Amino acid sequence: MAFLQLKSVGQTYFSKQTATTALEDITLSVSEGEFVSFLGPSGCGKSTLLSIISGLIQPTNGTVSLRNQRITEPHPKIGYMLQQDYLFPWKTIKDNILVGLKLQGCLNDERISYALSLMSEIGLSDTLDKYPNELSGGMRQRVALVRTLATNPQILLLDEPFSALDYQTKLKLEDLVSTTLREHGKTAVLVTHDIGEAIAMSDRIILFSTKPGRIFRTFPVSGHLRKRLPFEARQHPDYSVMFQQIWEELEQIEQNDTE
Amino acid sequence: MNKTTPSKTHSDYLLNLRKQTMNVRLSQLLIFVLFFGLWQYSSDQKWIDPLLFSSPQKILTLLADKIADGSIFVHIGMTLTETVIGFLLGTLLGTLLAALIWWFPFLSRVLDPYLVILNAMPKVAIGPILIVALGPNLTSIVAMGILISVIITTIVIYTSFKNVEPNYVKVIQSFGGSKYQCFKEVILPACFPAIISALKVNVGLSWVGVIVGEFLVSRQGLGYLIIYGFQVFNFTLVLMSLLIIALLATLMYQLVEVLEKKLIKNRTL
Repeated sequence: MAFLQLKSVGQTYFSKQTATTALEDITLSVSEGEFVSFLGPSGCGKSTLLSIISGLIQPTNGTVSLRNQRITEPHPKIGYMLQQDYLFPWKTIKDNILVGLKLQGCLNDERISYALSLMSEIGLSDTLDKYPNELSGGMRQRVALVRTLATNPQILLLDEPFSALDYQTKLKLEDLVSTTLREHGKTAVLVTHDIGEAIAMSDRIILFSTKPGRIFRTFPVSGHLRKRLPFEARQHPDYSVMFQQIWEELEQIEQNDTE
Repeated sequence: MNKTTPSKTHSDYLLNLRKQTMNVRLSQLLIFVLFFGLWQYSSDQKWIDPLLFSSPQKILTLLADKIADGSIFVHIGMTLTETVIGFLLGTLLGTLLAALIWWFPFLSRVLDPYLVILNAMPKVAIGPILIVALGPNLTSIVAMGILISVIITTIVIYTSFKNVEPNYVKVIQSFGGSKYQCFKEVILPACFPAIISALKVNVGLSWVGVIVGEFLVSRQGLGYLIIYGFQVFNFTLVLMSLLIIALLATLMYQLVEVLEKKLIKNRTL
Protein backbone atom coordinates (compact mmCIF):
# COMPACT_ATOMS: atom_id res chain seq x y z
CA MET A 1 0.00 0.00 0.00
CA ALA A 2 1.42 3.32 -1.05
CA PHE A 3 1.62 6.13 1.47
CA LEU A 4 0.71 8.90 -0.94
CA GLN A 5 -1.09 7.88 -4.11
CA LEU A 6 -2.02 10.03 -7.12
CA LYS A 7 -4.31 8.46 -9.72
CA SER A 8 -4.56 10.06 -13.19
CA VAL A 9 -4.68 13.59 -11.78
CA GLY A 10 -5.43 16.32 -14.30
CA GLN A 11 -6.02 20.03 -13.98
CA THR A 12 -7.59 22.38 -16.50
CA TYR A 13 -7.90 26.13 -16.10
CA PHE A 14 -10.65 28.09 -17.79
CA SER A 15 -10.50 31.67 -18.96
CA LYS A 16 -12.88 33.56 -21.22
CA GLN A 17 -10.83 32.77 -24.31
CA THR A 18 -9.39 29.33 -23.64
CA ALA A 19 -9.28 26.25 -21.53
CA THR A 20 -5.68 25.44 -20.61
CA THR A 21 -4.64 21.99 -19.49
CA ALA A 22 -1.95 22.48 -16.87
CA LEU A 23 -1.59 18.87 -15.82
CA GLU A 24 -2.55 15.65 -17.54
CA ASP A 25 -2.77 12.09 -16.31
CA ILE A 26 -0.36 12.24 -13.38
CA THR A 27 -0.13 8.88 -11.65
CA LEU A 28 2.52 8.35 -9.03
CA SER A 29 3.03 7.07 -5.53
CA VAL A 30 5.35 8.03 -2.72
CA SER A 31 6.24 5.62 0.06
CA GLU A 32 6.58 6.52 3.70
CA GLY A 33 9.83 8.28 4.61
CA GLU A 34 10.72 8.88 0.98
CA PHE A 35 12.00 12.21 -0.34
CA VAL A 36 10.70 12.89 -3.85
CA SER A 37 11.46 15.92 -6.02
CA PHE A 38 9.32 17.34 -8.81
CA LEU A 39 11.68 18.89 -11.32
CA GLY A 40 10.80 20.71 -14.50
CA PRO A 41 10.86 23.97 -16.43
CA SER A 42 8.61 26.76 -15.24
CA GLY A 43 5.03 26.34 -16.42
CA CYS A 44 5.03 22.55 -16.15
CA GLY A 45 2.40 22.66 -13.40
CA LYS A 46 4.59 21.22 -10.65
CA SER A 47 3.54 23.85 -8.11
CA THR A 48 -0.09 23.32 -9.08
CA LEU A 49 0.36 19.62 -8.45
CA LEU A 50 1.69 20.40 -4.99
CA SER A 51 -1.36 22.54 -4.24
CA ILE A 52 -3.55 19.66 -5.38
CA ILE A 53 -1.76 17.21 -3.09
CA SER A 54 -2.17 19.65 -0.19
CA GLY A 55 -5.91 19.75 -0.80
CA LEU A 56 -5.95 23.50 -1.46
CA ILE A 57 -7.01 22.94 -5.07
CA GLN A 58 -9.42 20.29 -6.32
CA PRO A 59 -8.13 18.51 -9.43
CA THR A 60 -10.46 18.48 -12.44
CA ASN A 61 -9.69 14.77 -12.90
CA GLY A 62 -8.33 11.98 -10.77
CA THR A 63 -7.80 11.50 -7.07
CA VAL A 64 -5.18 12.04 -4.38
CA SER A 65 -5.13 9.79 -1.37
CA LEU A 66 -3.00 9.55 1.76
CA ARG A 67 -3.03 6.07 3.30
CA ASN A 68 -6.08 5.23 1.14
CA GLN A 69 -7.94 8.23 2.52
CA ARG A 70 -8.99 10.63 -0.19
CA ILE A 71 -7.72 14.20 0.12
CA THR A 72 -10.32 16.81 -0.77
CA GLU A 73 -9.38 19.58 1.66
CA PRO A 74 -6.29 20.56 3.69
CA HIS A 75 -5.41 17.68 5.98
CA PRO A 76 -3.63 18.00 9.36
CA LYS A 77 -1.19 15.26 8.35
CA ILE A 78 0.01 17.29 5.38
CA GLY A 79 2.34 20.25 5.94
CA TYR A 80 2.90 22.89 3.28
CA MET A 81 5.90 25.20 2.98
CA LEU A 82 5.84 28.09 0.53
CA GLN A 83 8.52 29.73 -1.61
CA GLN A 84 8.94 32.53 0.88
CA ASP A 85 8.52 32.32 4.61
CA TYR A 86 5.30 34.39 4.80
CA LEU A 87 5.69 34.77 8.54
CA PHE A 88 3.06 37.14 9.84
CA PRO A 89 4.85 40.42 10.54
CA TRP A 90 2.37 41.38 13.26
CA LYS A 91 3.00 38.24 15.31
CA THR A 92 6.06 37.38 17.39
CA ILE A 93 8.18 34.42 16.25
CA LYS A 94 6.61 32.33 19.02
CA ASP A 95 3.07 33.16 17.91
CA ASN A 96 4.10 32.50 14.32
CA ILE A 97 5.32 28.97 14.97
CA LEU A 98 2.21 28.20 17.04
CA VAL A 99 -0.26 29.50 14.45
CA GLY A 100 -0.91 26.05 12.94
CA LEU A 101 -1.68 24.50 16.33
CA LYS A 102 -3.94 27.43 17.15
CA LEU A 103 -5.86 27.04 13.89
CA GLN A 104 -6.26 23.30 14.39
CA GLY A 105 -7.46 23.89 17.94
CA CYS A 106 -4.79 21.80 19.63
CA LEU A 107 -2.75 24.41 21.43
CA ASN A 108 -1.86 22.36 24.52
CA ASP A 109 1.29 22.28 26.66
CA GLU A 110 2.61 19.11 25.06
CA ARG A 111 2.35 20.46 21.50
CA ILE A 112 3.75 23.84 22.50
CA SER A 113 6.80 22.27 24.11
CA TYR A 114 7.28 20.13 20.98
CA ALA A 115 7.28 23.29 18.83
CA LEU A 116 9.71 24.99 21.20
CA SER A 117 12.02 21.96 21.12
CA LEU A 118 12.05 22.21 17.31
CA MET A 119 13.11 25.83 17.66
CA SER A 120 16.10 24.86 19.78
CA GLU A 121 16.89 22.05 17.33
CA ILE A 122 17.34 24.58 14.53
CA GLY A 123 19.13 26.93 16.91
CA LEU A 124 16.71 29.83 17.06
CA SER A 125 15.36 29.55 20.63
CA ASP A 126 16.57 33.04 21.45
CA THR A 127 14.40 34.70 18.81
CA LEU A 128 11.01 33.69 20.22
CA ASP A 129 10.02 37.14 21.43
CA LYS A 130 11.30 38.92 18.33
CA TYR A 131 9.30 39.94 15.28
CA PRO A 132 9.99 38.51 11.80
CA ASN A 133 11.49 41.75 10.45
CA GLU A 134 14.30 41.45 13.00
CA LEU A 135 15.45 38.14 11.45
CA SER A 136 17.48 37.41 8.31
CA GLY A 137 15.95 35.62 5.30
CA GLY A 138 17.57 32.28 6.19
CA MET A 139 16.45 32.50 9.81
CA ARG A 140 12.92 33.32 8.72
CA GLN A 141 12.75 30.32 6.41
CA ARG A 142 13.99 28.13 9.29
CA VAL A 143 11.19 29.52 11.45
CA ALA A 144 8.74 28.75 8.62
CA LEU A 145 10.03 25.15 8.66
CA VAL A 146 9.32 24.93 12.38
CA ARG A 147 5.86 26.42 11.83
CA THR A 148 5.13 23.66 9.30
CA LEU A 149 6.60 20.90 11.49
CA ALA A 150 4.90 22.11 14.69
CA THR A 151 1.58 20.51 13.75
CA ASN A 152 3.49 17.24 13.34
CA PRO A 153 2.51 16.44 9.73
CA GLN A 154 3.51 13.08 8.26
CA ILE A 155 4.27 14.48 4.86
CA LEU A 156 5.85 17.82 3.97
CA LEU A 157 5.19 19.62 0.71
CA LEU A 158 8.03 22.02 -0.08
CA ASP A 159 7.33 24.54 -2.83
CA GLU A 160 10.77 25.86 -3.86
CA PRO A 161 11.45 26.78 -0.24
CA PHE A 162 15.05 27.85 -0.91
CA SER A 163 14.58 29.84 -4.10
CA ALA A 164 14.39 33.24 -2.40
CA LEU A 165 17.64 32.75 -0.46
CA ASP A 166 21.25 33.51 -1.34
CA TYR A 167 23.36 30.55 -2.44
CA GLN A 168 25.31 30.01 0.77
CA THR A 169 22.23 30.18 2.99
CA LYS A 170 20.47 27.85 0.60
CA LEU A 171 23.20 25.18 0.85
CA LYS A 172 23.18 25.39 4.64
CA LEU A 173 19.41 25.19 4.79
CA GLU A 174 19.31 22.17 2.47
CA ASP A 175 21.47 20.29 4.99
CA LEU A 176 19.34 21.46 7.89
CA VAL A 177 16.03 20.53 6.28
CA SER A 178 17.40 17.19 5.11
CA THR A 179 18.71 16.32 8.59
CA THR A 180 15.56 17.49 10.35
CA LEU A 181 13.22 15.57 8.06
CA ARG A 182 15.33 12.42 8.29
CA GLU A 183 15.51 12.57 12.09
CA HIS A 184 11.75 12.94 12.39
CA GLY A 185 11.10 10.31 9.71
CA LYS A 186 9.04 12.63 7.52
CA THR A 187 7.98 11.97 3.96
CA ALA A 188 8.64 14.93 1.68
CA VAL A 189 7.77 16.20 -1.77
CA LEU A 190 9.99 19.03 -3.03
CA VAL A 191 9.15 21.20 -6.01
CA THR A 192 12.18 22.82 -7.59
CA HIS A 193 13.68 23.98 -10.88
CA ASP A 194 17.19 23.55 -9.49
CA ILE A 195 18.66 20.26 -10.80
CA GLY A 196 21.47 20.26 -8.21
CA GLU A 197 19.10 20.75 -5.33
CA ALA A 198 16.87 17.90 -6.52
CA ILE A 199 19.83 15.50 -6.84
CA ALA A 200 21.41 16.48 -3.52
CA MET A 201 18.24 16.18 -1.48
CA SER A 202 16.02 13.46 -2.90
CA ASP A 203 15.64 9.70 -3.10
CA ARG A 204 13.80 9.95 -6.39
CA ILE A 205 13.40 12.70 -8.98
CA ILE A 206 10.34 13.04 -11.18
CA LEU A 207 10.94 15.10 -14.29
CA PHE A 208 7.98 16.98 -15.79
CA SER A 209 7.47 18.11 -19.36
CA THR A 210 5.43 21.18 -20.24
CA LYS A 211 2.19 22.00 -22.06
CA PRO A 212 0.48 20.09 -20.65
CA GLY A 213 2.44 19.03 -17.56
CA ARG A 214 3.12 15.31 -17.71
CA ILE A 215 5.55 12.96 -16.05
CA PHE A 216 8.42 12.78 -18.50
CA ARG A 217 10.84 10.50 -16.70
CA THR A 218 11.66 9.23 -13.22
CA PHE A 219 15.22 9.05 -11.90
CA PRO A 220 16.11 7.05 -8.80
CA VAL A 221 19.01 8.69 -6.96
CA SER A 222 21.95 6.39 -6.24
CA GLY A 223 22.48 5.08 -2.73
CA HIS A 224 25.84 6.85 -2.48
CA LEU A 225 24.15 10.20 -2.81
CA ARG A 226 21.14 9.35 -0.70
CA LYS A 227 23.06 8.50 2.44
CA ARG A 228 25.06 11.73 2.28
CA LEU A 229 24.00 15.18 3.39
CA PRO A 230 23.09 17.43 0.46
CA PHE A 231 26.31 19.45 0.70
CA GLU A 232 28.50 16.32 0.66
CA ALA A 233 26.41 14.75 -2.07
CA ARG A 234 27.29 17.67 -4.29
CA GLN A 235 30.99 16.66 -4.08
CA HIS A 236 30.38 13.01 -5.02
CA PRO A 237 31.27 11.81 -8.55
CA ASP A 238 27.77 10.32 -9.03
CA TYR A 239 26.37 13.81 -8.62
CA SER A 240 27.90 15.26 -11.80
CA VAL A 241 26.99 12.16 -13.81
CA MET A 242 23.37 12.47 -12.79
CA PHE A 243 23.40 16.23 -13.30
CA GLN A 244 24.57 15.71 -16.88
CA GLN A 245 21.91 13.07 -17.52
CA ILE A 246 19.04 15.24 -16.24
CA TRP A 247 20.42 18.29 -18.02
CA GLU A 248 20.19 16.48 -21.35
CA GLU A 249 16.64 15.34 -20.67
CA LEU A 250 15.65 18.91 -19.85
CA GLU A 251 17.20 20.11 -23.11
CA GLN A 252 15.11 17.51 -24.91
CA ILE A 253 11.92 18.82 -23.25
CA GLU A 254 12.79 22.36 -24.34
CA GLN A 255 13.38 21.19 -27.89
CA ASN A 256 10.04 19.40 -27.97
CA ASP A 257 8.45 22.62 -26.77
CA THR A 258 9.85 24.75 -29.54
CA GLU A 259 8.93 22.32 -32.27
CA MET B 1 42.94 58.57 17.54
CA ASN B 2 41.01 56.00 15.55
CA LYS B 3 38.52 55.75 18.35
CA THR B 4 37.92 59.43 18.88
CA THR B 5 37.32 60.31 15.23
CA PRO B 6 34.13 58.31 14.71
CA SER B 7 32.67 59.51 18.01
CA LYS B 8 33.59 63.06 17.06
CA THR B 9 31.85 62.80 13.68
CA HIS B 10 28.90 61.15 15.35
CA SER B 11 28.48 63.99 17.83
CA ASP B 12 28.79 66.42 14.91
CA TYR B 13 26.04 64.53 13.16
CA LEU B 14 23.81 64.64 16.22
CA LEU B 15 24.48 68.34 16.67
CA ASN B 16 23.56 68.96 13.05
CA LEU B 17 20.38 66.97 13.47
CA ARG B 18 19.41 68.96 16.54
CA LYS B 19 20.16 72.21 14.71
CA GLN B 20 17.83 71.23 11.86
CA THR B 21 14.99 70.34 14.24
CA MET B 22 15.56 73.63 16.04
CA ASN B 23 15.33 75.56 12.76
CA VAL B 24 12.07 73.85 11.83
CA ARG B 25 10.56 74.64 15.24
CA LEU B 26 11.73 78.25 15.07
CA SER B 27 10.24 78.73 11.61
CA GLN B 28 6.96 77.24 12.77
CA LEU B 29 6.88 79.61 15.74
CA LEU B 30 7.75 82.53 13.47
CA ILE B 31 4.83 81.81 11.16
CA PHE B 32 2.51 81.55 14.16
CA VAL B 33 3.66 84.84 15.68
CA LEU B 34 3.70 86.63 12.32
CA PHE B 35 0.22 85.44 11.37
CA PHE B 36 -1.48 86.42 14.61
CA GLY B 37 0.66 89.54 15.06
CA LEU B 38 -0.13 90.77 11.57
CA TRP B 39 -3.79 89.93 12.03
CA GLN B 40 -3.92 91.94 15.29
CA TYR B 41 -1.94 94.84 13.85
CA SER B 42 -3.91 95.19 10.63
CA SER B 43 -7.14 95.01 12.60
CA ASP B 44 -5.90 97.77 14.95
CA GLN B 45 -4.78 99.89 12.00
CA LYS B 46 -8.11 99.28 10.25
CA TRP B 47 -6.34 97.79 7.21
CA ILE B 48 -8.93 95.07 7.40
CA ASP B 49 -12.50 95.51 8.59
CA PRO B 50 -12.44 94.65 12.34
CA LEU B 51 -16.16 93.96 12.27
CA LEU B 52 -15.65 91.25 9.66
CA PHE B 53 -12.24 89.81 10.53
CA SER B 54 -12.21 90.63 14.23
CA SER B 55 -8.82 90.33 15.93
CA PRO B 56 -6.96 87.73 18.01
CA GLN B 57 -7.28 89.92 21.07
CA LYS B 58 -11.06 90.19 20.72
CA ILE B 59 -11.36 86.46 20.14
CA LEU B 60 -9.30 85.64 23.21
CA THR B 61 -11.29 88.09 25.37
CA LEU B 62 -14.53 86.50 24.20
CA LEU B 63 -13.17 83.04 24.84
CA ALA B 64 -12.03 84.03 28.33
CA ASP B 65 -15.52 85.42 29.08
CA LYS B 66 -17.19 82.27 27.82
CA ILE B 67 -14.85 80.08 29.82
CA ALA B 68 -15.39 82.21 32.91
CA ASP B 69 -19.18 81.91 32.76
CA GLY B 70 -18.90 78.29 31.67
CA SER B 71 -21.23 78.69 28.71
CA ILE B 72 -18.70 77.49 26.10
CA PHE B 73 -18.37 74.05 27.65
CA VAL B 74 -21.97 73.13 26.86
CA HIS B 75 -21.28 73.81 23.17
CA ILE B 76 -17.90 72.09 23.12
CA GLY B 77 -19.28 69.08 24.97
CA MET B 78 -22.21 68.79 22.57
CA THR B 79 -20.20 69.01 19.38
CA LEU B 80 -17.42 66.79 20.69
CA THR B 81 -19.90 64.10 21.72
CA GLU B 82 -21.58 64.16 18.31
CA THR B 83 -18.28 64.10 16.46
CA VAL B 84 -16.74 61.28 18.48
CA ILE B 85 -19.87 59.14 18.12
CA GLY B 86 -20.11 59.89 14.40
CA PHE B 87 -16.41 59.23 13.92
CA LEU B 88 -16.39 55.91 15.77
CA LEU B 89 -19.64 54.63 14.28
CA GLY B 90 -18.67 55.77 10.77
CA THR B 91 -15.36 53.89 10.92
CA LEU B 92 -16.89 50.84 12.59
CA LEU B 93 -19.82 50.60 10.18
CA GLY B 94 -17.48 51.17 7.22
CA THR B 95 -15.19 48.37 8.40
CA LEU B 96 -18.12 46.02 9.01
CA LEU B 97 -19.54 46.79 5.58
CA ALA B 98 -16.11 46.18 4.01
CA ALA B 99 -15.89 42.84 5.85
CA LEU B 100 -19.32 41.86 4.58
CA ILE B 101 -18.41 42.67 1.00
CA TRP B 102 -15.11 40.80 1.36
CA TRP B 103 -16.93 37.77 2.71
CA PHE B 104 -19.41 37.64 -0.17
CA PRO B 105 -17.61 38.38 -3.47
CA PHE B 106 -20.99 38.26 -5.21
CA LEU B 107 -22.16 41.15 -3.05
CA SER B 108 -19.07 43.16 -3.95
CA ARG B 109 -19.80 42.82 -7.67
CA VAL B 110 -23.44 43.76 -7.15
CA LEU B 111 -22.74 46.75 -4.91
CA ASP B 112 -19.76 48.15 -6.81
CA PRO B 113 -21.61 50.75 -8.96
CA TYR B 114 -23.79 51.82 -6.03
CA LEU B 115 -20.74 52.44 -3.86
CA VAL B 116 -19.20 54.55 -6.60
CA ILE B 117 -22.37 56.65 -6.94
CA LEU B 118 -22.85 57.02 -3.20
CA ASN B 119 -19.24 58.05 -2.80
CA ALA B 120 -19.43 60.66 -5.55
CA MET B 121 -22.70 62.11 -4.27
CA PRO B 122 -22.39 65.08 -1.86
CA LYS B 123 -23.74 63.51 1.33
CA VAL B 124 -24.33 66.93 2.89
CA ALA B 125 -27.23 67.36 0.49
CA ILE B 126 -29.13 64.59 2.27
CA GLY B 127 -29.02 66.66 5.47
CA PRO B 128 -32.53 68.18 5.17
CA ILE B 129 -34.08 64.76 4.55
CA LEU B 130 -32.26 63.30 7.55
CA ILE B 131 -33.58 66.03 9.78
CA VAL B 132 -37.15 65.48 8.69
CA ALA B 133 -36.78 61.71 9.01
CA LEU B 134 -34.90 61.52 12.33
CA GLY B 135 -36.03 64.75 13.95
CA PRO B 136 -34.08 67.93 14.72
CA ASN B 137 -31.88 66.40 17.40
CA LEU B 138 -28.58 64.76 18.21
CA THR B 139 -29.49 61.61 16.26
CA SER B 140 -29.74 63.34 12.91
CA ILE B 141 -26.49 65.27 13.49
CA VAL B 142 -24.63 62.08 14.40
CA ALA B 143 -26.20 60.41 11.36
CA MET B 144 -24.78 63.23 9.25
CA GLY B 145 -21.33 62.59 10.73
CA ILE B 146 -21.62 58.85 9.99
CA LEU B 147 -23.03 59.28 6.52
CA ILE B 148 -20.23 61.50 5.34
CA SER B 149 -17.49 59.02 6.35
CA VAL B 150 -18.99 55.55 6.02
CA ILE B 151 -18.87 55.04 2.24
CA ILE B 152 -15.32 56.20 1.71
CA THR B 153 -14.24 54.09 4.71
CA THR B 154 -15.92 51.04 3.18
CA ILE B 155 -14.20 51.58 -0.16
CA VAL B 156 -10.73 52.23 1.28
CA ILE B 157 -10.81 49.32 3.70
CA TYR B 158 -12.34 46.85 1.26
CA THR B 159 -9.62 47.73 -1.26
CA SER B 160 -6.95 47.01 1.33
CA PHE B 161 -8.68 43.73 2.30
CA LYS B 162 -8.47 42.69 -1.33
CA ASN B 163 -4.81 43.62 -1.62
CA VAL B 164 -3.59 41.46 1.26
CA GLU B 165 -0.84 39.13 0.03
CA PRO B 166 -2.76 35.96 -0.96
CA ASN B 167 0.05 33.70 0.26
CA TYR B 168 -0.61 34.77 3.86
CA VAL B 169 -4.13 33.44 3.39
CA LYS B 170 -2.68 30.31 1.78
CA VAL B 171 -0.64 29.65 4.93
CA ILE B 172 -3.82 29.75 7.02
CA GLN B 173 -5.70 27.56 4.54
CA SER B 174 -2.91 25.00 4.41
CA PHE B 175 -3.41 24.49 8.15
CA GLY B 176 -7.10 23.90 7.45
CA GLY B 177 -8.13 27.35 8.69
CA SER B 178 -11.70 28.50 8.03
CA LYS B 179 -12.72 31.66 6.22
CA TYR B 180 -13.41 33.33 9.55
CA GLN B 181 -9.92 32.36 10.76
CA CYS B 182 -8.41 33.79 7.54
CA PHE B 183 -10.18 37.04 8.27
CA LYS B 184 -9.26 37.20 11.92
CA GLU B 185 -5.66 36.00 11.67
CA VAL B 186 -4.61 37.64 8.40
CA ILE B 187 -6.97 40.03 6.64
CA LEU B 188 -7.83 42.21 9.63
CA PRO B 189 -4.37 42.50 11.23
CA ALA B 190 -2.75 43.02 7.81
CA CYS B 191 -5.10 45.95 7.24
CA PHE B 192 -4.57 47.80 10.51
CA PRO B 193 -2.40 50.41 8.73
CA ALA B 194 -5.22 51.03 6.22
CA ILE B 195 -7.79 51.22 8.98
CA ILE B 196 -5.63 53.75 10.83
CA SER B 197 -5.31 55.93 7.75
CA ALA B 198 -9.08 55.71 7.28
CA LEU B 199 -9.41 56.87 10.88
CA LYS B 200 -7.19 59.84 10.10
CA VAL B 201 -9.31 60.85 7.12
CA ASN B 202 -12.48 60.33 9.15
CA VAL B 203 -11.34 62.73 11.87
CA GLY B 204 -11.68 65.54 9.34
CA LEU B 205 -14.82 64.17 7.65
CA SER B 206 -16.81 63.63 10.82
CA TRP B 207 -16.14 67.23 11.91
CA VAL B 208 -17.48 68.45 8.58
CA GLY B 209 -20.58 66.24 8.90
CA VAL B 210 -21.35 67.31 12.44
CA ILE B 211 -20.78 71.04 11.86
CA VAL B 212 -23.00 70.98 8.77
CA GLY B 213 -25.61 69.04 10.77
CA GLU B 214 -25.48 71.69 13.46
CA PHE B 215 -25.80 74.45 10.86
CA LEU B 216 -29.09 72.91 9.85
CA VAL B 217 -30.82 72.14 13.13
CA SER B 218 -29.16 72.54 16.44
CA ARG B 219 -29.66 74.91 19.34
CA GLN B 220 -26.31 73.97 20.85
CA GLY B 221 -22.77 73.23 19.73
CA LEU B 222 -19.94 74.95 17.93
CA GLY B 223 -21.67 74.74 14.55
CA TYR B 224 -24.67 76.44 16.11
CA LEU B 225 -22.40 79.19 17.49
CA ILE B 226 -21.00 79.78 14.01
CA ILE B 227 -24.43 80.04 12.42
CA TYR B 228 -25.72 82.19 15.31
CA GLY B 229 -22.65 84.46 15.13
CA PHE B 230 -23.22 84.82 11.40
CA GLN B 231 -26.90 85.74 11.90
CA VAL B 232 -26.19 88.42 14.50
CA PHE B 233 -23.09 89.58 12.62
CA ASN B 234 -20.75 88.63 15.47
CA PHE B 235 -17.76 87.35 13.54
CA THR B 236 -15.61 87.25 16.64
CA LEU B 237 -17.88 84.45 17.82
CA VAL B 238 -17.61 82.70 14.44
CA LEU B 239 -13.82 82.83 14.41
CA MET B 240 -13.55 81.75 18.04
CA SER B 241 -15.67 78.66 17.34
CA LEU B 242 -13.56 77.92 14.30
CA LEU B 243 -10.35 78.08 16.32
CA ILE B 244 -11.79 75.75 18.96
CA ILE B 245 -12.80 73.29 16.24
CA ALA B 246 -9.32 73.40 14.71
CA LEU B 247 -7.79 72.76 18.12
CA LEU B 248 -10.09 69.84 18.94
CA ALA B 249 -9.69 68.23 15.51
CA THR B 250 -5.91 68.39 15.89
CA LEU B 251 -6.19 66.79 19.30
CA MET B 252 -8.28 63.95 17.88
CA TYR B 253 -5.77 63.43 15.09
CA GLN B 254 -2.97 63.21 17.65
CA LEU B 255 -4.93 60.60 19.59
CA VAL B 256 -5.26 58.50 16.42
CA GLU B 257 -1.50 58.76 15.94
CA VAL B 258 -0.90 57.49 19.47
CA LEU B 259 -3.19 54.56 18.67
CA GLU B 260 -1.27 53.98 15.44
CA LYS B 261 2.05 53.73 17.27
CA LYS B 262 0.59 51.22 19.72
CA LEU B 263 -1.14 49.11 17.11
CA ILE B 264 1.43 48.85 14.36
CA LYS B 265 4.82 48.85 15.96
CA ASN B 266 7.27 46.16 14.91
CA ARG B 267 6.13 45.72 11.38
CA THR B 268 7.37 46.60 7.96
CA LEU B 269 4.39 46.40 5.68
